[in-house]
Amino acid sequence: MLDLVLTQTLNGLASASSLFLVACGLSIIFGVTRIVNFAHGSLYMLGGYLAFTLVTWLGPADPLGFWGGVILAVLLTGLAGVLIEVLILRRIYQAPELFQLLATFGVVLMLQDIALATWGPEDKLGPRAPGFRSFVILFDNRFPSYELFLIAVGPVVLGVIWLLFHRTRWGVLIRAATQDREMVSALGVNQRLLFTSVFAFGAALAGLGGALQLPREAINLHMDLSMIAEAFVVVVVGGLGSVTGAYLAAVLIGVLHAFGILILPKITLVLVFLVMAAVLIVRPHGLLGKAASEPRGHAGQLFLLNPADGAAKLFGAVALGLLALAPLVVPDHLILTLTDLVIFAVFAASLHLLMGPGGITSFGHAAYFGLGAYGAALAVKWLGSPMEEALMLAPLMAGIAGAIFGWFCVRLSGVYLAMLTLAFAQIAWATAFQWVDLTGGDNGILGVWPSAWAVPKTVFYYLALTIAVLVIVALRVIIFAPFGYALRAGRDSPLRAEAIGLDVGRLQWAAFTIAAIAAGIAGGLFAFSKGSVFPTYMAIPRSVDALLMVLLGGVQTVAGPIVGAFAYMGLNEQLMKLTVYWRFVLGLSIVLLVVLFPRGLVGTWLYWRARRESAAQTAATA
Amino acid sequence: MQIDRRSFVAGTLALGVPTLARAQGAGPIRIGEINSYTAQPAFLKPYRQAWELAQEQINAAGGVLGRKLETVFRDDAGKPEDAVRHAADLATAEKVDIIAGGFLSNVGLALADYANQNKRLYVASEPLADALVWSKGNRYTFRLRPSTYMQAAMLVEEAAKLPAKKWAIVAPNYEYGQSAVKWFKELLVKARPDVTFVAEQFPALGRIDAGATVQALETAKPEAIFNVTFAVDLANFVRAGNTRGLFEGRQVVSMLTGEPEYLDTLGAETPEGWIITGYPHADLQTPEHVKFRDAYKAKYNDYPRLGSVVGYETVQAIAAALAKAGSPDNEKLVDAFEGLKFGSAFGPIEFRKIDHQSTLGAYVGRSALKNGKGVMVDWSYRDGAKYLPSDDEVRKLRPAV
Repeated sequence: MLDLVLTQTLNGLASASSLFLVACGLSIIFGVTRIVNFAHGSLYMLGGYLAFTLVTWLGPADPLGFWGGVILAVLLTGLAGVLIEVLILRRIYQAPELFQLLATFGVVLMLQDIALATWGPEDKLGPRAPGFRSFVILFDNRFPSYELFLIAVGPVVLGVIWLLFHRTRWGVLIRAATQDREMVSALGVNQRLLFTSVFAFGAALAGLGGALQLPREAINLHMDLSMIAEAFVVVVVGGLGSVTGAYLAAVLIGVLHAFGILILPKITLVLVFLVMAAVLIVRPHGLLGKAASEPRGHAGQLFLLNPADGAAKLFGAVALGLLALAPLVVPDHLILTLTDLVIFAVFAASLHLLMGPGGITSFGHAAYFGLGAYGAALAVKWLGSPMEEALMLAPLMAGIAGAIFGWFCVRLSGVYLAMLTLAFAQIAWATAFQWVDLTGGDNGILGVWPSAWAVPKTVFYYLALTIAVLVIVALRVIIFAPFGYALRAGRDSPLRAEAIGLDVGRLQWAAFTIAAIAAGIAGGLFAFSKGSVFPTYMAIPRSVDALLMVLLGGVQTVAGPIVGAFAYMGLNEQLMKLTVYWRFVLGLSIVLLVVLFPRGLVGTWLYWRARRESAAQTAATA
Repeated sequence: MQIDRRSFVAGTLALGVPTLARAQGAGPIRIGEINSYTAQPAFLKPYRQAWELAQEQINAAGGVLGRKLETVFRDDAGKPEDAVRHAADLATAEKVDIIAGGFLSNVGLALADYANQNKRLYVASEPLADALVWSKGNRYTFRLRPSTYMQAAMLVEEAAKLPAKKWAIVAPNYEYGQSAVKWFKELLVKARPDVTFVAEQFPALGRIDAGATVQALETAKPEAIFNVTFAVDLANFVRAGNTRGLFEGRQVVSMLTGEPEYLDTLGAETPEGWIITGYPHADLQTPEHVKFRDAYKAKYNDYPRLGSVVGYETVQAIAAALAKAGSPDNEKLVDAFEGLKFGSAFGPIEFRKIDHQSTLGAYVGRSALKNGKGVMVDWSYRDGAKYLPSDDEVRKLRPAV
């Protein structure tokens, strides 16, 4: 028994190594640039593919060829990091927080298609490493020597980074920038160069993580997203910006995986997120993290959220009128698309309540959309409810989950809060996925069709539109009610809000629950529009969709998320039809939109209008 | 929002005109094909190539019913809800006559449900879920590939002959993996009441922690292993198993591993002597297969994968059903598909009337290494018709429709 425990620990340590390399790069980049680099998993994948090509080309059997190829791949990945930073990120550091997330997500999409076009669809199993082909006997078991090498890589890299950070000027500047960016630039440090070099360094670490997987695992096109979720977990569990914390967390997760396989072989995926939730509830800043100093000059508060003026109201009324008249004009199949877009607008608006007035970023908003859909579907399947009844259960189920998850989440702030929402969403997802008897697992629940009267597409469209308008108007009322103002007070100045007697935590908790209820309504409608429900409804990509819709439209506007929903999902759908390389085009469009409209679509429009008005005023007074 | 509306209207005009033109006279018969192209490119690229080859051949020979075949391809990115959206869009906007495709089981089930609800024919090419033709079977859905049950049954026949009594299992943790395991256990215990299962591993699909999984299996000291992992999980599992000696002195019975899609990736790492299902493309010399392989090679300068066979035969099945029905009318086509017989690259097959499952079989053999590449040896064809439950049992499994 003891030998099994020891071997499984070693297995865990070996898988922890690449995880650590990727996570620590991610953590360093975040610490300095405040960028949540979604493309970090893509850089890991790129490192793997580049290493495969270079090693094969230089001669896999020759140690020089193999290790030379690995080093070259790491350098090239670092170079790719420089390109991403200089071409894209450098232009949007001043944009509201999280906007960079949007840009890096665009890069993820582009790199997926670039990798497919360059390396083809087949998985690539690389050669074993020269000098580490064989095994050693440990506790009567064969243990690959390469795994021992990997176990050593983690602490060695950790040591090197410690030396870099404590013994070089560059490292000192990085630590200083992690603490206080503005002060570093005030002292005359070339920030551009510093940011670029940090990004390149982080990218190279991700590339190293990917390249070192070559003798161990097949390089494939799904490495990017499977790694990024886990790397985020490691960074957050370890504590943002803490390299040692990242190592500890990577080891914890790696070992946990190895033992989970022995004890709970069916739930290894969710285990990681359960641990993250547990850690964050007990230690809100991760294992070794400190309470982050609030970044100064809080970006994004460029506009006060004002009730719409006459022109905007007219614009909204015209848009709504057009939507109401649409079935008379547009052909049948577009009604289906419009139904989807209207439902997504509700979904986006529900997230906006949290992100805009609440200042709460949720990475797991799909949980409530999905739970709403499941609430409706389960009612149909198990209670035999008709559509009308099932639609009521959707917000109920989502609202209960929102109240429970929110109660834990609002105790945290910033990225930690966002990651806890992600953890809860993953737990909900895994439950739907693995509780096969209740939910049918990934085969989903089928036959969730509307009641007879609502079956015609146009009727269902009007039903969805009516409910959507009601929900969105209700959300608007809430935002401009005293509750909404109190919520904003809590976002902008928690201390002062508390001082005048507002219970910020309770306000946020209420906002969480309301947002969940609204998302649940969207989910319930979606279930009946598709006739089926699947765990993909609450998988990570759906949460990302919600974020993108809100960010693209503009966080600091009420109409933004709705426009964002129409723009993003509409674009997505049209592109999927037009080209096989839709991911590249979509990614590129996102990047361009972010670079050109760093305030979001509606935010930019408001900004331009405000500038024109102030110019007009200046002209009048002159 | 105005911008959106404008583009919608523009899109409508652009799409509307050709639709009108197509509806008149004897234009092409249109197929709407939905698949997870961006999510599963390794299988689906060769699939689509062969699909286009089959269509080209049929059209060169004058088409079907005097009309040409035309296909609109759509990518569902692995999401069933997107597949359903495409199906509705293909049916209404593109005016396709037939819906086909699907790779993942849940996508297949979603499309089948759509087909049933809207009374549209759906020809499922690849999805393996048993539910597709049994518990969720319906009048409008037909499936080409041998199901999970059939492939498990083929392997059990061989597994029962092994002396091994202590079995361990490794399978991806989703519906396909779970149902393959369920059938394998059930059928093997029926054939060999003396076997026991000493360990089960269910790694998350695409996310196997290979070293730890191999260790856990090794600890149970099984005499034989039933493996359901495929694609990248399979490659990682095999490498970790090889470096740790898991397969030495043990029999391994493995689903799908003989498909060129997976053997090609394994390359020099291919373990020898596994009992596998797959497709021995290089050694299969029947005239009908040689003809298919030569045509594929001539067009793409590459050998066909199993995906190619599935894509090619789906088009052939649709063409045969059209010819038999004499019209693309869906109700007539459904009737034509029931009991439809035609010759495939693997030999004659039939779409059974009782459950709409085709009798396409699979090759069962052993894995081997040849010049640093994985190949199938000692293979033989297993006719799908022989690996399905009796009609009485099928009637119990499938709701009356």
